[in-house]
Amino acid sequence: MSWTVIALMIAGSYGFKALGVFGLAGDGSNRVAKRAQPLTALIPAALFSAIIVVQTFGNERSVIIDARLVGLVVAIVAVRFKAPFIVVVVAAMIATAVVRAAGG
Amino acid sequence: MKMRAHRYQATLLVIAVGIIGLTFGVLADAAGLSLPKVAAMSALVFTGASQFAAVGVIAGGGSGAAALGSAMLLAARNILYGPVVARAVPDSVAGRLVASHFVIDETTAMSSMQDNTEDATDAFWFTGIALWTLWLVGSMAGAAIGSVIGNPESLGLDAAFPASFVAMIAPHMRTAPARFVALCGAGLAIAMIPLTPAGVPLLVAALAVVPGAEMARRRSFMAGDEAGAS
Repeated sequence: MSWTVIALMIAGSYGFKALGVFGLAGDGSNRVAKRAQPLTALIPAALFSAIIVVQTFGNERSVIIDARLVGLVVAIVAVRFKAPFIVVVVAAMIATAVVRAAGG
Repeated sequence: MKMRAHRYQATLLVIAVGIIGLTFGVLADAAGLSLPKVAAMSALVFTGASQFAAVGVIAGGGSGAAALGSAMLLAARNILYGPVVARAVPDSVAGRLVASHFVIDETTAMSSMQDNTEDATDAFWFTGIALWTLWLVGSMAGAAIGSVIGNPESLGLDAAFPASFVAMIAPHMRTAPARFVALCGAGLAIAMIPLTPAGVPLLVAALAVVPGAEMARRRSFMAGDEAGAS
C-alpha cells in the first residue's frame, strides 16, 4: 500500500468523522439535532449489532458459520455474567482458538 | 464514584482494544506494510474496521485503490456517530476539529452509555486518548513481532473484535426499542452481506433506528415517560 493511498485514507476517515460532528451534531442551539435525538440514541444499538454479525458470519460476500460463532456465544455468556471487557474478549479468543485447534 | 466507574470500564475496554491492535499489526506486517505505514494508519486513519479491511484487500492481492474504497465504505458509518456524541464534543470549532479525530465506535459506546453530560464528556476524551495510545502501541508491537505470532486466527484473535462489540452493546440493550433495533440491524446486515461490499451492510443496518424511534415514541406516549432513551 503506497503512501498516497494511506494519505487519502487518513483524509477520508477524518472527513467522515468531522462531517458527523460538524454537519449532523449541531450545537446547543440546533433544534434539528435535538429533534433527531430519539433516532441518534438508537444508532449504537443498530450499528454495533450489525458489526457483530458481519464480523462473526461474514466471509467476503458470503454468510458462513465457523469457529467465530463459538467466540460470539462465549462473549454473550461472559457479558451476561457481567464479566469485564478484557475477560469477554479473551474468553471469546480462547474459545475460538480451541475450536479451531480441534478442527472446527 | 461514577467518574471512577466509567474510567475503570474504559480502561478495560482499551486493554482489549490493544489486543485487537496487536492483531492489526500482525496482519499489516504479513501484508507487507512497513512499520512507519502501520504507525501512520493507526495514529491517523484511526478507525479499526477500515484498517483491517484495507490490509485484508492488500493481503488478498488487491490494488491500493480497492483497499482505499473498502476502507472508506467502512469508515462512512463514523458520520453517524457525530450526533450520538454531540453532547460530549466542545462547542468551539478548534475543539470540534480535535474531537472529530476521536469519533469512533468505542468512544461513542463509552460516551453514550453515560447518564449525564459531564460523564459523557469525560468518557469520550478518556476513552479516546487512552484508546488511541494503546491502539498505536499495540499495532506497532504487532507489526514488530508479527512473524513470531504467525497466523492470528490460530490464536482466535479475529474473535476479539466482535466480542468487544458484544460488551459495548450490552448497556444499550436495556429498552425494548433498542433491542428491536439491534435485532433489525443484525438482520439487515446479514441480508446485505451477499449483496453489497463490506461496510454497506452497516449503513443499511442503521435504517433500523427509524422504526425503533417510532416504537420508542409510542411507548413513551403510552407510559407518559422518557422510555426509549437508551
